[in-house]
This record gives sequence, C-alpha cells and structure tokens, in this order.
Amino acid sequence: MRHHDIVIVGGGPAGLAAAVAARKAGISDILILERDNVLGGILNQCIHNGFGLHTFKEELTGPEYAARYIAQVEEEKIPYRLNTIVVDITRSREVTYINREEGLVTIRAGAVILAMGCRERPRGALNTPGYRPAGIYSAGTAQRLMNIEGYLVGKEAVILGSGDIGLIMARRMTLEGAKVKVVAEIMPYSGGLKRNIVQCLDDYGIPLKLSHTVVDIHGKERLTGVTIAEVDENKNPIPGTEEYYSCDTLLLSVGLIPENELSKSAGISLNRVTSGPNVNDRLETEAEGIYACGNVLHVHDLVDFVSQEAALAGENAAEYVKNAASDGENVIPLVAADGVRYTVPQFLEMDGMRDSVTVRFRVADVYRDRYISVYYDDQLISRKKKKVLAPGEMEQVVLSKKSLAEYPRTERITIRTEVE
Amino acid sequence: MNNQRYDADVVVIGGGVTGCAVARELSRYDLKVCLLERTEDVCSGTSKANSAIIHAGYDAAAGSVMAKMNVEGNRLMDQLAADLDIPFRRNGSLVLCFSEEDMPGLQELYVRGVTNGVPGLRIISGDEARRMEPNLTDEVVAALYAPTGGIVCPFNMTIALAENACENGVEFHFLTEVTEIRKCGEGYELSVRETGERTDGPAGDAYKAECEDGTGAAGKTAADLQEAEMPENGAVKTITARFVVNAAGVYADRFHNMVSRRRISITPRRGTYCLLDQEAGHHVDKTIFQLPGKYGKGVLVTPTIHGNLLIGPTAADIGDKEGTYTTAEELAEVTAKSARGVKDIPYRQVITSFAGLRAHEAGHEFILGEPEDAPGFFDAAGIESPGLSSAPAIGVYLAEMIAQKAGAPVKEHFVSTRKGIPHVAAMDRESRAALIAERPDYGTIVCRCENVSEGEIVDSIRRPLGARSLDGIKRRVRQGMGRCQAGFCTPRTMEILSRETGIPMEKICKNQPGSEMITGEI
Repeated sequence: MRHHDIVIVGGGPAGLAAAVAARKAGISDILILERDNVLGGILNQCIHNGFGLHTFKEELTGPEYAARYIAQVEEEKIPYRLNTIVVDITRSREVTYINREEGLVTIRAGAVILAMGCRERPRGALNTPGYRPAGIYSAGTAQRLMNIEGYLVGKEAVILGSGDIGLIMARRMTLEGAKVKVVAEIMPYSGGLKRNIVQCLDDYGIPLKLSHTVVDIHGKERLTGVTIAEVDENKNPIPGTEEYYSCDTLLLSVGLIPENELSKSAGISLNRVTSGPNVNDRLETEAEGIYACGNVLHVHDLVDFVSQEAALAGENAAEYVKNAASDGENVIPLVAADGVRYTVPQFLEMDGMRDSVTVRFRVADVYRDRYISVYYDDQLISRKKKKVLAPGEMEQVVLSKKSLAEYPRTERITIRTEVE
Repeated sequence: MNNQRYDADVVVIGGGVTGCAVARELSRYDLKVCLLERTEDVCSGTSKANSAIIHAGYDAAAGSVMAKMNVEGNRLMDQLAADLDIPFRRNGSLVLCFSEEDMPGLQELYVRGVTNGVPGLRIISGDEARRMEPNLTDEVVAALYAPTGGIVCPFNMTIALAENACENGVEFHFLTEVTEIRKCGEGYELSVRETGERTDGPAGDAYKAECEDGTGAAGKTAADLQEAEMPENGAVKTITARFVVNAAGVYADRFHNMVSRRRISITPRRGTYCLLDQEAGHHVDKTIFQLPGKYGKGVLVTPTIHGNLLIGPTAADIGDKEGTYTTAEELAEVTAKSARGVKDIPYRQVITSFAGLRAHEAGHEFILGEPEDAPGFFDAAGIESPGLSSAPAIGVYLAEMIAQKAGAPVKEHFVSTRKGIPHVAAMDRESRAALIAERPDYGTIVCRCENVSEGEIVDSIRRPLGARSLDGIKRRVRQGMGRCQAGFCTPRTMEILSRETGIPMEKICKNQPGSEMITGEI
C-alpha cells in the first residue's frame, strides 16, 4: 500500500492553506485530493471581491485569493490529484479514492487533514409545501451555473434565506439583468454579514423581509411564483400575512452543512451544534492523526479565518508526522454558555499547548452591548465589551498558556456572553 | 400478425408501471404494439410517487380483482426482479394494532389475507413486534406479520419493463397526448397531439421509435429540433389500432368515457410523503403499517430499497388531476401519525417531501378488461394501491386476454431478460476497478452523495428509451437523489445530458418541456 506523510482531503481554501503550512513545517510527502477539475474549491465561483483583507491586507476576488494559495502549492511542488473523490477513510488512516486514471486506490497516510468544506441545505430539508418545479436552486448551485458555466438561471427571483451566498446572489442576478423581488428571512435577523446586506441589498433597493418565509410554491413545470408569509416567534406562518410574488426562480440560502460523511466513515462523531468533528487545540479530531479545518469543521464567515485555521492544522499534522505525539494529557473542556452556541476547539490539551490558542465561536442571537467573558471554572479571566454581536459573524477569544498556567487545577473553561 | 388495416395492433395509453407491464407482456406475442406517453419519459405520474412497496395482499376484499392481482403480482416479483434486474427485497411487513378493541379488525385482516392466499401470515404480540422492530412504540399491542411484503424501486421497475418491451419491439411515443378516441371498424382511431419531440442521442441506433408516418425523432439532429416549429397546441395526428389499452392512471376515466356509456369516475387521491436520509434508513427494517382504527387511517413507515426511510402517505381526495403539490397540513399529518407506531423518527433528516396521486375509483376496485359496450378497448383503470404490486399480474392478465382475442401466437424470439445499469459504488472492489479500467468514466464521480459516476449517467442517457431530462437520469441512476438533492451535481449533469443528446443547455429540462433549467446565456 502506498504511503504519504500527509493526505489532505479537499483542495479548497482549507486544503491549500493546510498543504502550504505543512510543507513549510518540513513535510515533503504531501498529497492533496480534490474532487473538482481545478484547485480552489468554492472560491472559484465567488467572483465578487472582499476576500483577503486579513490575510493579504487587500481586497481580492475569490479566484484571486485562491490563486495566491494555488501559486504557493505549485511553487512548493505539492502533488495533487484532480477529479478525485475520496470514498472512504478509516480510523487507521487508510484513505480510498477513485478517479478515472487510477481507478480505485487505497493509500496509507501518516496524518490526514479533513478539508471537505460544506454543502447547502436543500429545499427538501425545509419541507416547504407546494409543487416541485424547475427554477428552485440553492444559491451556490445558481452561483456556479452563472459564474463558472455562464448561464442565467432566471429572470425574476425571490431569495429565501439571508445567508451570505443568497445576499451575494441577489446582487449578482441584479447585475445580470434579473429582477430580484425580495429576500425573505425566517429569523428576526440576517444570517449574513452586515456588509453584504448593505452592499448587496440596500445598494440595489432589494427589500429584506425578516421573520418571513416561503409557505407555498407555485408552478408545475417551471416556477411561476411563491407565497411568502410572516412568521411568529415560533417560526409558524401567521395567517392573513400571505403575499404572492410572481417569479421564475427561487434561490435558497438557508444554511450550510459541513460535509462529514467521510469523517463518519472514520468513526469520528460529530458535534451537535457545528455538525463538524470535535477537535482539540491542535485541531485534531478524536481519531489520532486526523485533523480538520475550514468549513468541514464549522461554517466560517470569512475565508481568511479558514486559511489561518487550516495553516494551524497543517503545522500540527506536520508535527504529528515528525514526532508522533502521544495522546494529550491534562484535557480541559471548553464550554459554550449564555448565548455562545459552540466553541472550536472543543477542548484543550494542556501538554503541548501552544503559547496562545484562538477559540472561535458564534452567538445564538443578535445581542447589543454585551461582554464576551472567559471563565476558568468560576473565575472570570477576561471580558471584552462588544457593541453588537450577531449569529452571522464569527467571534473569537485568545487563550494564553501563561494565564492557564496560573490556574493549574482548572477543570473547564467557559466562554459566555454577559450583560453586565 | 401486423394487421394492415391498422397502424398498430395494440395501442397502450400511458407509460406508468401498468402500461409498461402490459406492453412488456404483449411483446411476448406477435403483435405490433405502440405505447403513447404524454410526458417525456416513462414513470412520470403515479408510478414515480408512491410507497414503493410490494404489498403482501391481505388488504383487498376477498374475491376482488384487486386481491387476485395483488397476491399474484407479489408472487411474480421474484422472477421479474431476477429477469429484469430490478432491485427488490422481501423485507416483510407489520400491521400495528394499538388497542384491544381494535383486535377484531386485525383478526379480520388476517382471515382476509389467508382467504386471499397470502402465505406465512401471523398475528404476533406487541412484545414480539418490538423484538422484531425495536423502534416500535409501547402503544403497539399486537401486529399482523406478513413475510412476503417487499420493497422495490418503482422507477427501476417501470423503466425495466419499458426497456424490455422496447427490446421486444414495442414502439414508445413520448410527448404524445391522446385527445380523442373513436370507434373505427372493429378497432379504434385515436387523435393524438405531439407536444414536443424526443431528441435522439448517439444511442439512436439502439432506439428506433419511428412512427408509422415517419415523424419520429430518430435520425434528427439537435439543430433540426431547434428549428422545428411546433404548432401552439402541438401537431395533431391520428393513429388507428385494433385494440386499445387504457392505462392512463388518474386520466383513465376520461378515455374510458370516450368509448363507453358505462361511465366511470377516477378521483385523484393525493398522498404526501417525507423521505429521510440514508442515515435514518435503518430506523425500521420492515414496512410498518397502522391498522385503521378509531384514530382513522395511519401512515406507513418503511425503508426504501435504496436505504432511505419513507413515511406517508396522507389521503386527500382532490379535483385536480395535476395536483401533486404538498401542503403544510398534510406534511404535519405525516409527522403526527407516524409517531403513533414508530418512535424517535429523526425528522431532522428529511431530504425531501413529495406528493403523488392515486387513481381512486369510487368502487375501490381495479377495472380490468373490456367494457360491455366497447369491445377491443381494455381498461386498466382505478389502479390505486396496490397497483405497483399488482402491475406484473395485470400485465399478464390483459396481455393474455388481448392475444387470445387477436389470435396472436407467441413470438419465437422473445427476450425475457434485461440487464440494468451497473451500480458501480455497490460493486466489490475488484469488479469496480475492472470496470473503471475498461470504461474510465465509471471512475469519475458526479453525484457525490449517491456516488453516481459519469459512466452511469451516460448509460442512463444512451440506453434504449434513455433519459432525456434530469429527472429521467435521477430515476435511472439516482443522481441527485441524495442528501444535497442535486445541489452539487446539477450543472455537471446538465452538461453531460447536453453533450450526449445534442439538446442545447437552454433546452435542458427538469422533466417535461416547460421545465427548462436556465433562461439563457450570460
């Protein structure tokens, strides 16, 4: 069986950054497996700008951002396979992939980095009543058809869900001459970035209807219209608020789901909130030597954070290959509480912890003037006031090894929001 | 026998499972058979949206045609599945009884089943049922166990029957709608409207469905089709036939009433279903029915042959023969009713919901054969549940009757078997590797949720009666049937369909013309 020191599943932003970091950490034998026919993942269809402000201190488009990492991969001569799908990963790090040149191949990996990204929640998962005509797309599928394939998916659109892809597509369709009539969001707040609401909806006069959802879909062959209604606090449609919108296209931007079918095949259990694996501060999953980063771990808001996280996974995987680090001792769980929905990582392993660890999370609702506080057991360690916290934006706190060393018997670290 | 006075010996109206089963059985005989289908593909109506189960046969009234066809159809399934390479499993079924006072009803079902000739029936205790199916609720006091109940892929079953019929010489005319039927000598004259033309791909050699007057799509290029002007209401033609089979599902009353004064009425009875992810597919192993009782009729919970969990159907009589929409009320009803018999159903894992229409006839009985006042016109009407289970038997029954009346001999070279498209992901490693070495496109995965390769998609298009729409591909090889519901693979599948058939991208449809996926180029 062929062996590679590090096998990276996915050649999108996470996989690329992990590969480059692992190479810089001294691993020469790396293999990236990518299912599409190019590297870069979903960035290739994100032709709008706004990428890279943190990483490169400039505004890039998605393909430009990807190109910078692809260039590094090429420069470092890191091998990759395209049009290659991984069909199985075992806990002992045997990776089986399939492509037309090699057929079905199983290789053994010193370390595996999971970087499969996420998929969109489809219409079916919403159980939206009505017909099932053509013209209903998840926003990312429409984005691919428009930006990669060069086709217009429709002329009059309604968008359900205000996730970032939906917002971006509202603007994109408008620019191509389609009429975007409304964006309906079932929650009382948007799931997308504030900047996208301003730049993609407000600037084009597209109304955003919060606490609204699609309650009926019309048209037997191609979509002819949708009925939108306001919802109450339990997300149930309020009778009498129905409004009909004629349209030939309904785009759905109603959530992203980390694609962890392979993680499950390796026996890795998933976090109930993130739908990604639970990881330690080295981004190692419960399966030794298998790391996770990017949207397969938890859905990010900015690609810059994906790159940072993936680089960390790459370095740690390299470290593991070189030193075969033992199971960490002195494990401290991280607890999300009081409006913090989850944390990544989910636990720290004090032995071998770096000087600082960035903990990322999202909040459960829109909060104003709240603190984000860190507790070691019942001891408040730090707090930072935020004017606005929103579920659409990822938040972070940094834990330092030095401060933890001052509380050697800490049993859990809690991150919560606090009013005062 | 090719009676020169008619265009065809037999015209079958409708390409659902019943029409295809009749056509396949007719193709055993020396008869010129022609099947007319209104949509772009077989399996586009009731046959595509149902419970996908082969009933054991204890439901229908003793002595009814329904009972006879169900039990016989069930019996024929093993051979049919083997001959035509149809995925089929006898997973067994349970009818749950929730209260002691309903026990006589369960007993009655048992007796009826025994009378109908259903083998192996047993009434078991609630505890025994729970040992068989740990996810049954504590409310279950007893159950009727039927080991011969089964699950099948209704798409594959219909398509397999159609492909085999095609191979044995049955002509299929798609996008062909029957508008009128008149008596014409001993036979019938049908007015048909062609609402579109089927594009023939490179597989045209395998698929020869020229109409009698040569207007079939075979031999035309995509460019011809683009040019072809279709009159607004479609081109109208007539077809004459000695015999007509009316297998038109919810529209069967319309055709029957064109030739017979003994009128029938078919009410579309809508059934709504939820389909869950394969991760939920092992929640139950058998098909779980609820005994109709004081709480009304329940819904069934069953694994599908492809490992999903299927729950439904509701039953709402509606006027609209195209009313396949779902409603919030009926979706809620599915959830509420299923919980009575089966606990902890993970509804978070719903991947789609859908509705189908059963062709309900007021007498709740299959109407098979010739009306007294319309000899030569054979009904297969009122085919509601257990229609899928009965289709193999209905096919044999009607074909024998017609062949006898026509005096048609059995063909010398009937091909009784058909091989399905390889399901590459399910193969063992060596076979899969060998297949990819031979045809590398079996190694390019297009649909990542269901692991469907480009080779399988190409096959689904190139076969006789191959797919011409995205839904057609989906029903043949399951592309887009998985948890992302075609989010990732739609663009690639559209490209392959366009490449293989020459249909321009703008004309690629989800199913029928009018369901185009895109509106133009940027």
